[in-house]
Amino acid sequence: MTGSRLRYAGRRLAQVVPVVLAMVVFNFALLHLAPGDAADVLAGESGSATPEFMAQLRAEFGLDRPLLVQLGFYLRQVLSLDLGFSFRHQLPVLDLILSRLPATLVLMGTAIAVAVTLGSLLGVLAARYVNTWVDGVVSVFALLSYATPIFWIGLMLIVLFGIHLGWLPTHGMALAGTGVAGLGYALDVGRHLILPAATLALFYVALYTRLMRAAMLEVYTLDYVQSARAKGLGEGRVALKHVLRNALLPVVTMAGVQVGHVLGGSVLVETVFGWPGLGRLAFESVFARDVNLLLGLLLFSSVLVVLANLATDLLYSVLDPRIAVR
Amino acid sequence: MRAFWTRFRRRPPALFGLSVLVLVLLVAVVGPTLYRQDPWDLAGRPFSPPFGQFPLGTDTLGRDLAAGVIHGARVSLLVGLVATAMALSLGTLIGAVAGYRGGWVDDALMRVTEFFQTIPSFIFAVVLVAIFQPSLRSIVVAIAMVSWPAVARLVRGEFIALRHREFVLACEALGMAERAIIFRQILPNAAGPVIVTGSLMVATAVLLESGLSFLGLGDPNLMSWGFMIGSSRSVLRQAWWMSAVPGVAILLTVLALNLVGEGLNDALNPRLQRR
Repeated sequence: MTGSRLRYAGRRLAQVVPVVLAMVVFNFALLHLAPGDAADVLAGESGSATPEFMAQLRAEFGLDRPLLVQLGFYLRQVLSLDLGFSFRHQLPVLDLILSRLPATLVLMGTAIAVAVTLGSLLGVLAARYVNTWVDGVVSVFALLSYATPIFWIGLMLIVLFGIHLGWLPTHGMALAGTGVAGLGYALDVGRHLILPAATLALFYVALYTRLMRAAMLEVYTLDYVQSARAKGLGEGRVALKHVLRNALLPVVTMAGVQVGHVLGGSVLVETVFGWPGLGRLAFESVFARDVNLLLGLLLFSSVLVVLANLATDLLYSVLDPRIAVR
Repeated sequence: MRAFWTRFRRRPPALFGLSVLVLVLLVAVVGPTLYRQDPWDLAGRPFSPPFGQFPLGTDTLGRDLAAGVIHGARVSLLVGLVATAMALSLGTLIGAVAGYRGGWVDDALMRVTEFFQTIPSFIFAVVLVAIFQPSLRSIVVAIAMVSWPAVARLVRGEFIALRHREFVLACEALGMAERAIIFRQILPNAAGPVIVTGSLMVATAVLLESGLSFLGLGDPNLMSWGFMIGSSRSVLRQAWWMSAVPGVAILLTVLALNLVGEGLNDALNPRLQRR
C-alpha cells in the first residue's frame, strides 16, 4: 500500500521535471521578446550600468552566439539556481525572492486556512437551510465578494478599521524598531496580519461557500444519507458526520489548485498593505522596470504552483483512499 | 429565442444585472458626449468632496472624478469585451481541434493548455504588460493570454461529448470537410456553455484590467477606474471618497456581468436547474 503510494509520488515527481524545463524555456522566450536585447533587460533601466559593463554582459551571455546556444547558457544558469542579478536592489534575484518568501507564505497560508474554514462553515449553513433567508444572505454575500476588486476592499478596510476606528495597523508586517522578539513579535505580526489576510481571504471565502453548498446539496441526495435519517439521527448530526466529510473533498482540491491564483491576489494585497513579501517585490520591480527580477518571480511562482499541485494530488490520494494511486 | 427570454425574465437578479449593464454600456457609449469634461483636465479646486460643485468631487490634482468614472467605463468595457473575444476565439479553436481530432493532437494541445493554466495568471499578465509597455493593446493581449485555457478545456469537453453523435457521423459519411463539421455542425451545438463562460469572463477581464491599472500598468493615455484608485490611495486618510467612487463603479459592473452570466446559464441550460 505505502509502496504503491511512494511509486505514485515518484512518478508524479518525474512528470514535474519537463513542466519546469518548459517554464524555463518559456521565461527565456519572454526575455527575448522584450524590447531591446537581453543585456538591456538584465541591466535594467537604472542607468547604473556602464558601457564596459554592458559589453561584458553581452559577452557573458553570448548574445553574439546563435539563439540555441544562448538558450543552453540560460538553462545551465537557471538549473544551477542562478536567476541572475537585480541591478535595482544590487542583490541576486534568488536571494531577494527567498528573503521575501516567508512573509508571503504566512499571508497566503493564513488566508487559505481562513477561507477554507469560513467558506465550509457558510456553505454548510446555506445547504442546511437551503432556500431560507440564511441561504439568501450567504448567497448575496458570496455574489458581492465575487464582484469586489481585491485591492479596493483592502483600501476600504483600511479606511474603516485603520483610519476611522483606529483598531488595527494598516501598513507593514511589524512595528519598526521596537526590537521585541519571541511572543511579543509574533503577536505584533498577528495584528498586522489581520487586515491583509482578511482581504485576501474574502474572494475565496465566497468561492468555497458556493462550492461547499453545491457539494453538500449533492451529497444530501445520496441514499446513505436517507439511511442515516431513517435510523433516527438528527439533522445536525447528519450534516456534520455524514454529509460534510464527503463534501469537503472538492473544497480541499480547489484550495490546492488555486495557489497560483492566490499568489496573484497577494501581489495586489501586499501592495495595498505594504506587506514585505513576493507580491510587494513584484510591484516594486514593475515600478522600477526591473524585468529580470520580474521574470525570476514569474518562474519561481510557476514552480511553486507546480509543487503545490503535486502536494494536493498526494494529499487527495491520502484523504480519499478510493482514488487509485496506480 | 422567445423561450430563452421567458426563462431569463423569470429571474429577478438576472434582470437587475441586465439593467445595470445596459446603464453602464450607455454611459460608456454616449457618456463622454453628454458630459463634456476632459477627465485629465484640471477642472477645479483639488480635494472637492462629492455632491458639491462637482457631482463626485475632484481628485488630488483637481480633475473631475465624474468625468473619470464615465471615461473609465469605456476603457473597462472595451478591454473586457475585446480580451474576452480574443480568448474565446483562441480557446475555441484549440479546444475544438483537440476534441475533434483526439489522439496525439489532443495530447499535445492539452499539454500546452495545462502549461498555460499552471502559470499564475495575474503575475503572468503583469509580466506581459510590463515587458511590452503598458498600452490598450498589450493589456488586452495579456488578459486574453491568461484567459483562453479555461475556454479550450471547456470546448474540448463539449466536442468530445458530441464527437460521436449520429449527426457528426452522418456529416463525415457525406464527405463534409473537417473545417465545416467543426465550425458549422458541432460548434453551434456547443455554443450554450461557451456563451455563459464568455459572459463571466468579461467580468474577470474587467477585474484584471482594474488590477493592472491599479498597479500603474494601465494605458497612460486612458483614464481607467483602477488608475483612479491607485493614484488616490496615498491620500486615503484625507479623501477616502476618491478611492471609493471608482471602486463602486467596478463593483457594480462586475456584479451586473456576473448576474447576467448566471441568468444566461439558467436560461440556456434549463436542465441544470439548481435544487
